[in-house]
Amino acid sequence: MSRPYVISKKADSFFYSIYDAILFIGRFFKEAVQPPYEFQEIVRQCYEIGYRSLPLISLTGFITGIVFTKQSRPSLIEFGAASWLPSLVAIAIVRALAPLITALISAGRVGSSIGAELGSMRVTEQIDAMEVSAVNPFKFLVVSRVLATTITIPILMLYCALVGMLGAFLNVSQNEETNFVAFWESAFDQITFLDVWASVIKAIVFGFTIGIVGCYKGYYANKGTEGVGKAANSSVVLSMFLIFIEEVIIVQIANSIRGY
Amino acid sequence: MQKDKSYIDTSKTVIDIRGLYKSFGDLHVLRGVDLKVFKGENVVVLGRSGTGKSVLIKIISGLLMPDKGKVNVLGRDVDQLDRKQLMELRLKIGFSFQNSALYDSMTIRENLEFPLVRHVKNLSRAEVNKEVESVLEAVGLLQTINQMPSELSGGQRKRIGIARTLILKPEIMLYDEPTAGLDPITSIEINELINEVQERYHTSSIIITHDLTCAKITGDRIAMLFDGQFLRVGTFEEVFDTDEERVRSFYDYNFTE
Ligand SMILES: Nc1ncnc2c1ncn2[C@@H]1O[C@H](COP(=O)(O)OP(=O)(O)O)[C@@H](O)[C@H]1O
Ligand SMILES: [Mg+2]
Repeated sequence: MSRPYVISKKADSFFYSIYDAILFIGRFFKEAVQPPYEFQEIVRQCYEIGYRSLPLISLTGFITGIVFTKQSRPSLIEFGAASWLPSLVAIAIVRALAPLITALISAGRVGSSIGAELGSMRVTEQIDAMEVSAVNPFKFLVVSRVLATTITIPILMLYCALVGMLGAFLNVSQNEETNFVAFWESAFDQITFLDVWASVIKAIVFGFTIGIVGCYKGYYANKGTEGVGKAANSSVVLSMFLIFIEEVIIVQIANSIRGY
Repeated sequence: MQKDKSYIDTSKTVIDIRGLYKSFGDLHVLRGVDLKVFKGENVVVLGRSGTGKSVLIKIISGLLMPDKGKVNVLGRDVDQLDRKQLMELRLKIGFSFQNSALYDSMTIRENLEFPLVRHVKNLSRAEVNKEVESVLEAVGLLQTINQMPSELSGGQRKRIGIARTLILKPEIMLYDEPTAGLDPITSIEINELINEVQERYHTSSIIITHDLTCAKITGDRIAMLFDGQFLRVGTFEEVFDTDEERVRSFYDYNFTE
């Protein structure tokens, strides 16, 4: 409030908030490695995250698989390359669609609920209550949630890819002569180890981002009930924004490893 | 109604505050606060809302840091402690929040266990249950053990909040507006509970309120906070036996409502 400002009030508070965010991330790593560990809470959070986003990811992944296959077919037929359909779809889903779909849905479902939950715990002084009962609220609330999103979202991503491929198979089997084994073989013909790893690493980064952003916004929510809504809302906006930036960076890195 | 209060020991100071200042930006909330709390007594801090009563007990429990002055709690200066020492001190302080601050994703049992299992290691399941049931019994709410906080009334939540702090057997209790938002009968029950806690656990307490009935029932001494300083400190009769304008108007406002 009485901090003298260097550039302008708005620009300064932007840089202060980046500084605060870096401190927050630093604190996460420091406290994540220090005992005691809240294993039970981490498992509970993983379960919550999976439970919250599984239905939506199943539906979206499946439909994306069907629609993407359907939309790609005419162009491939035009080039006389309809037999490439399975591997084209597999590349698109494994490399790009599954991580993005999973991350964006989780940002909406999980990120907002973490923001709202911690925000309301801040506003109703539950975080202070943990603090004064000499329990470390950062460890119990933040570390467990961030670890849970970082672990769970890669698993959800792999699941999303699988469901997407099932959707693709359904569409292909209706239009072309194929069977499950043949489809699967031709689909994964073009998928390399690097593709899968790049996507898993992407999902780990996205998962960490969703967790840390939701926790940061919630943990420092403003007093008053509108603080809770703002924390939920801004965690979705900020984590989606960061996910897109990270996507671009990681794709660049993966492509340079592939030698494109 | 005169009780035997031999457990009050005015030769032992548990909280000693001298020349305490605290501001938020341009808002100067506490401006030279001095207060002593003796072992076993209930001190009521009276004051209008926004005068910094909550800020005062948040400083005592180390949730906020003082700008200037000495805050000594159980022989230690709160602003001189590292994190580990502060945690150790907090184990001896119970804090009852204005809105109870129950963990609303946990059952009442889990709320009460939460601090216990993290601080008292190697308790068996049976011992944990026994402790939980004993504090619930002390606040008269054993039947709510498997309920969620959202299912309880305001007065019940207050009691559970107090029980949750009692489970660690604190030496000091800090109550933030224990009767705010409660109906008069529930308020009286909470006031009596505060006195029971004092008698049963021999805690020293600070009770923050703007409710004079609460002050009268629970306070061994009253401290009136005005404009960031304690205007008067003493027994209820001593504090209000005055023609001082600001004290009179506070009294009249409460009893002519
Ligand atoms: N953490 C904080 N940051 C900024 N201002 C605060 C903070 N805590 C309290 N205040 C301000 O200090 C003043 C006193 O607050 P408080 O102690 O809660 O009053 P009360 O006597 O009603 O409990 C209020 O004006 C409040 O807005
Ligand atoms: Mg207050």
